[in-house]
Amino acid sequence: MRIPYRPLAIGLVTLAFSALVLARALAGDRHYFAPVANPVVKEECGSCHLAFAPSMLPARSWQRMMGELDKHFGDNASLDPAAAEKITNYLVANAGDAGGQRYSSKLLKGVATGAAPQRITELPKWVSEHRKVPDWEWRHKEVRTKANCVACHTAAEQGYYEE
Amino acid sequence: MKNMLFVTSGIVAMILSTATLAGPREDLLTQYAAAAKATSFSAARGQTLHTQSFSGGKPDTPSCTTCHGKDTRGAGRALTGKTIEPVAVSVMPMRYTDPAKVEKWFKRNCTEVLGRECTPQEKGDWLTFVIGQ
Ligand code: HEC
Ligand code: HEC
Ligand code: HEC
Repeated sequence: MRIPYRPLAIGLVTLAFSALVLARALAGDRHYFAPVANPVVKEECGSCHLAFAPSMLPARSWQRMMGELDKHFGDNASLDPAAAEKITNYLVANAGDAGGQRYSSKLLKGVATGAAPQRITELPKWVSEHRKVPDWEWRHKEVRTKANCVACHTAAEQGYYEE
Repeated sequence: MKNMLFVTSGIVAMILSTATLAGPREDLLTQYAAAAKATSFSAARGQTLHTQSFSGGKPDTPSCTTCHGKDTRGAGRALTGKTIEPVAVSVMPMRYTDPAKVEKWFKRNCTEVLGRECTPQEKGDWLTFVIGQ
């Protein structure tokens, strides 16, 4: 009488395992930051580097950045006022502190209230998540700069960040 | 001599105005020609502009090829590591069809590389070069 149960048991174990894997994939051990969906923002903020997810910085960071695009990390990224306003609105509406962003509060932990950090790569939480990345890896010719997320997070354009 | 120039520019204007019908790239060339009072553009001068090293701009971007790469039909790369699609029209047929985009990047990139904006003559030469690539 035992024999018929065995394939069933194996079947159940297999099912449980794949459910577990599936659950992990869905619930996201993968940190998800919704990628830029607005075509203007993608074009204007995504040609020199990845169009960074708006949920990675608080609204005040974007407001400040958009007010000084002529001095953008050593580059002049100026835009005409109409485009700049549209882009600011989008970034602010989808900012990390705009609510409903699952991983943002974690990433923005330790940022002083009222502070307007300009670099994702200088957020305390970003720095601690990357403390184990060895020096040579940052200097690798495919990486070049910490801001080149895509070099290590191949699905960054889709919003997924994991090792 | 003056007369010759007059005739040539007349011919160029005629060629350019028929070319106007061909599309936004040709429209741009016509505008640059008018602004430069140029009688012709030269792909060879455009190539020189593209590959030459300048010292007037930012030290880390001495040349157009710093970001756009030496091979016009191959991808380039910004200093941030981001890939830039090739500049050659033969492999990127949609390039230079949005005049506002072209002007925006000429302004940004010439300032980066030369430390000043490019002249209409330089823009026309460069565009002629990449259109032929
Ligand atoms: C002309 C090129 C250019 C354009 C256009 C541009 N940027 Fe940048 N951006 C840069 C450079 C260069 C850096 C510095 C990258 C580095 O440190 O390696 C940078 C850095 C950044 C950073 C910080 C990255 C970090 O280290 O965490 C953010 C955020 C950013 N840009 C947002 C934007 C937004 C928003 C727009 C659109 C309004 C934009 N950028 C358009 C060139 C550009
Ligand atoms: C040189 C490679 C490299 C670059 C460049 C890089 N990262 Fe990472 N990142 C890593 C590694 C490795 C980890 C995993 C660290 C760990 O788990 O100990 C990580 C972890 C993360 C995490 C946490 C995800 C998790 O599953 O714990 C986020 C979010 C993240 N990176 C965002 C970014 C962003 C945004 C950028 C660009 C501004 C970036 N990273 C650039 C290598 C990199
Ligand atoms: C710092 C990096 C960098 C340098 C140096 C650079 N470019 Fe660019 N260029 C870019 C980026 C980024 C784009 C926008 C992305 C794209 O169009 O693929 C661009 C786009 C352009 C465009 C618009 C293309 C289009 O499809 O409309 C033109 C024109 C242009 N560059 C000309 C030049 C010229 C001329 C030089 C040299 C004087 C030069 N660039 C040097 C980074 C650079």
